Amino acid sequence: MIRDWTHKTGCSRSLFILLLFLSAAGRAFADVAQNTPSIFAPSSTPSNEIFHLSLFVLGIVGGIFVVVGGLLAYAVIRFRARNQEDDTEPAQIYGSNQIELAWTVVPVLIVVVLFLTTARMIFAIQDAPKPQSALDVTVVGHQFWWEFRYPKLGIVTANELHVPLSSTSDPKPTFLHLLSADVDHSFWVPQLAGKTDLIPNHPNDMWIDPLHPGVYVGQCAQFCGIEHAKMLLRVYVDTPEQFAAWVKEQQQLGMQDPHVAAGRHVFETEACMNCHTISGTDGRGTFGPDLTHLMSRDTIAAGAAPNTPQNLRVWVKNPDDLKQGSLMPAMQLSDQQLDDLVAYLSTLH
Amino acid sequence: MADQTLPISGSVDVTPPHAAAGTFLERLHGWVVTVDHKKLGILYVVYSLIFLLVGGAEALAIRIQLMIPGNHFLTAATYNQFFTMHGTTMVFLVGMPILFGFANYLVPLMIGARDMAFPRLNAFSFWLTALGGLLLYFSFIGGPGLYGMGAAPDVGWFAYAPLTAHVFSPGNGTDYWALALIVSGFGTLGTAINIVATIISMRCKGMSLLRMPLFAWLMLVVSALTLVTITPLTAAQFMLLIDRYLGGHFFDTQAGGSALVWIHFFWIFGHPEVYVLVLPAFAIANEIIPVFSRKAIFGYPAMVAASVGIAFVSLGVWAHHMFTVGMTSVSNAFFVLSTMLVGIPTGIKIFNWLATMWGGKIRFATPMLYCTAFVFQFLIAGLTGIILSVAPWDWQLHNSYFVIAHFHYVLVGAIVFNIFAAIYYWYPKVTGRMMSERLGKWNFWLFLIGFHVTFDTMHFLGFLGMPRSIYTYEPNRGWNGLNMVVSIGAFIQGVAALIFVYNLVWSYFHGEVAGNDPWDAWTLEWATPSPPPDYNFATDPEVKSRRPLWDLKHPDDPDWKYE
Repeated sequence: MIRDWTHKTGCSRSLFILLLFLSAAGRAFADVAQNTPSIFAPSSTPSNEIFHLSLFVLGIVGGIFVVVGGLLAYAVIRFRARNQEDDTEPAQIYGSNQIELAWTVVPVLIVVVLFLTTARMIFAIQDAPKPQSALDVTVVGHQFWWEFRYPKLGIVTANELHVPLSSTSDPKPTFLHLLSADVDHSFWVPQLAGKTDLIPNHPNDMWIDPLHPGVYVGQCAQFCGIEHAKMLLRVYVDTPEQFAAWVKEQQQLGMQDPHVAAGRHVFETEACMNCHTISGTDGRGTFGPDLTHLMSRDTIAAGAAPNTPQNLRVWVKNPDDLKQGSLMPAMQLSDQQLDDLVAYLSTLH
Repeated sequence: MADQTLPISGSVDVTPPHAAAGTFLERLHGWVVTVDHKKLGILYVVYSLIFLLVGGAEALAIRIQLMIPGNHFLTAATYNQFFTMHGTTMVFLVGMPILFGFANYLVPLMIGARDMAFPRLNAFSFWLTALGGLLLYFSFIGGPGLYGMGAAPDVGWFAYAPLTAHVFSPGNGTDYWALALIVSGFGTLGTAINIVATIISMRCKGMSLLRMPLFAWLMLVVSALTLVTITPLTAAQFMLLIDRYLGGHFFDTQAGGSALVWIHFFWIFGHPEVYVLVLPAFAIANEIIPVFSRKAIFGYPAMVAASVGIAFVSLGVWAHHMFTVGMTSVSNAFFVLSTMLVGIPTGIKIFNWLATMWGGKIRFATPMLYCTAFVFQFLIAGLTGIILSVAPWDWQLHNSYFVIAHFHYVLVGAIVFNIFAAIYYWYPKVTGRMMSERLGKWNFWLFLIGFHVTFDTMHFLGFLGMPRSIYTYEPNRGWNGLNMVVSIGAFIQGVAALIFVYNLVWSYFHGEVAGNDPWDAWTLEWATPSPPPDYNFATDPEVKSRRPLWDLKHPDDPDWKYE
C-alpha cells in the first residue's frame, strides 16, 4: 500500500499516537500560557507542513534510538563483569566484514528515505509559486525593531504585522520581502513558518498563509546586538473585515488635534523628528519607527512594554529603563515637555 | 597483573629522587623552559581545566540570569559578553588545548617514540596558545579603548558580520577576540603539524600504520583536519581586522561588502571544528571501551575508514548552519544530503563500540562509566543532528534552544564526558597514583544527572520557540518552569565539577599507588613506569600487533597470529 510519506507512514500506529500526543501537548501549552510560540501548534501551511515532516523524522530517529539504545542497555546489563575474581579474558573477536557491511547499508537506506522526503519539502515550501491574491509586505530589520512596509497599500508601520486570514478555499497568503538596515536579524514566528534571516545586501523572501485568526508572537532569532532579546514580533491575523478596517485607519494622515499642539511642538522642535515620521508634521525621520498611528499598536519598544501613557512617558524619559541599550537616546525633557509630548502621542490613532 | 614485569624496559634514569626534585624555583623554571612532550601535555591539560572552570562559571552566571523572566542579575551588555566568552572559551581555550594536551602526552608513548618530532615547536605552540587565552581574557580590563569601562567581546562566538564592524561594535572587545584567536590559532597549527609529523615519522619498529592504536589514528586525522580548518578562520579574522583598521570592505555591507562571506568563512571553519573536537573524544573511547570490556576493538579497519570518512565529509557540510540565510533550494538540498551522509560513518562507530562491548566482561570503573554514558549521549546527539539536517525543520529549530541542546550534547555529553574518562584513565600513568573511585562515582552520577536535567530540558525550550542569545524573556511564553529546571541542572553539574577538582588534588597526594599498568591495558604507554621517565623508553620497543602488551601477557594466544 502506497501512502503519502510525509503524512502517514509505515509505522503509522505509533506515529499517529505520537502525533496526537505532540499536537495536544503543543496546543495545551499554547492555550494555557496564551502566547507560547510552539512549533507543534502550527497555524499556517509552511509551519503545518514542517510539523508533519517533523513527526515523520521524529518517528525514524525515535526508532533508531529505541533499537540502538536498547542494544546498549542490553550490552551493559548482560555483559558486565559479575565475578571480580575471574581473571580469564572473554573470547577475542576482531571484527566481521559482513556485519560492517550490514550496518552500513541500513543507514544508507534510511538516509535515502530521509533525504528524498526532506528535499521534496524544501522545494514545496521554498519555491512555492506566488498567487495573484498574495499580499506583499517588505520587512526591514533594525537594531532593535521591525519596520513593515505595504508598498501596494501605502502603509508603513512597526513591530506589529497585520496580515489577512487565509483559507484553502480563498488563499490570501502574505509574501514577506526581508531586508536589513544594519546587521543580521531573523524573522521567526514559529506557529506561522520557519525563520528566514534578514541580511544587509542580501534580500530574502518567505511566505505565510495563516489559517486561524489571532495574535502570534515571535522574535528576532539572530543575535543582533545588545537588545536582541527585546526585538519582539507580533503578527495579527485579521479577518477580512478587520483587515480592511485596519488598512483604512493606517492610510489616514496623522491626527491634528489643536488641544495637544504643545506636545506636537515638542516633537517638532526637539530631536524626535530626526528619527521618527508622523505624517502631517515636519517629522520625516526613518531611523526609528513611524509614529503616525502609534496608538493603533498594542505595544511599544518592539514589544518590550504595553502601549500605555505611563509606559510611553517612562520610555521617552529614559528608554534604557524599559530596554537597556536601545538606540533611542534620553532627550532630557522637562516634566512639562514629557506630559505634553505623551498627551500628543496619545492622540495618534 | 598490575606489577608484572614486562620485557619492554622502562627507565635507566638513576638520579636519586630527592636530587631530581630541585628547589621550587628550579622546578618552576623547568616547567617554563621544558620541551618534554609529557610536561607540555600536562601544561595543556591544566591550562584547559582552569579555563573549563572559568567558562563553567560564566555558564552558571548565564543560568542564574535566565532562571526567571525579567531577571536583573546581569545587564544585557554583561550577559552578551558572558555568552560570547563562554562559547569562545570552551571551544578555543578548553576543547582544542585539552585534546591536544592528551595527544601531546600520549601519542609519543603509544607509538613508542621518545618525544614529539619537533619538541621546540611543541613548546612554542603551547605558549602561543596560552598567550591567546590570556589576551582574550585581558579584554575584560583592557578592551574599552576610548569608550568607558572594560569591554570583553560581545558579538557571539560566531561573530556574524556586520555586527563586528566598528560602527556596530566600538571599543576594542572585538579586536581582542580576533587577535586572541589568531594567536592561539597559530599555536594550534604548530601542534597539528607536530602531531602529523610525529605519527608519520616516529613510530617504533613494527608499528605499521594499521598497527597503530586507534587513538593515534584519530589524532592523525584530527591534526590533518585542523590544518585545513583553522586556516579559513585565521584568514577571516585578518579580513575582519583589515575592515576595522585599514578601511577594508570585505564585510562592510554599507559599502557593498558581504555579510554572507563571513558566515561562509566562519562555518567552513566552524563545522569541521566540531569534528576536530569530537574525534579526539572518539579516540579516547577507542582506547577505554576495549580495555574495560576486555576485548579487542571490533572492526579496527572500519573504525579507521569511518574516521577518515568523517573528516572528509565534514569539509562539505558547513552550510547546514546556513539553511535560513536564503540559499537556493538546490543548495539547501545539497547540504541536507551531505550532512545526512555524516551519519553513516558515525553510525558505524557507534555500532563498533557496541560490538566491542558485546560478549565482553565489562568492568564499570569510573572511566568506563563515562565512556558508556558517552556512547548513549552521542547516539542522541547524532539523532538530533539528523533532525537538524532536515532543512525545513531546521528553519524552525535553527538558533533555538534545540540547537543549544544539540551541540551541548556533543560538546558536554560526548566530549567533556570523555575528557573526564580520559583523566580518570590516564591519571595513574601521569602521576603514579589512582584517582579515588568513590569520589569518581559521585562525580560521575552527579554530572550525569545534572547534564540530563539541563540539556534534555533545553530541547523542549527549542520546540516552544525560545531563541538563543537572549538575556531575558517574556513571562507569558510558557518557558518559565523549563528555564528554572535547566538552571538547577547546571548547578548540579557545577557541584560535580568541584568534586572532580577535589578528586584531582586529593588523589595527587593520597591516591593509591598505581604501578605501571593498573587497568591491565594493552598499549605501549602502560609498559613504561608511572610517571614515565624523560625520553619514555630506554630502548626502542618493537611491536608485532595492535596490542603489544596483550601479546606479552598472552604468549600462548598473541594477536599477531590473527592480524
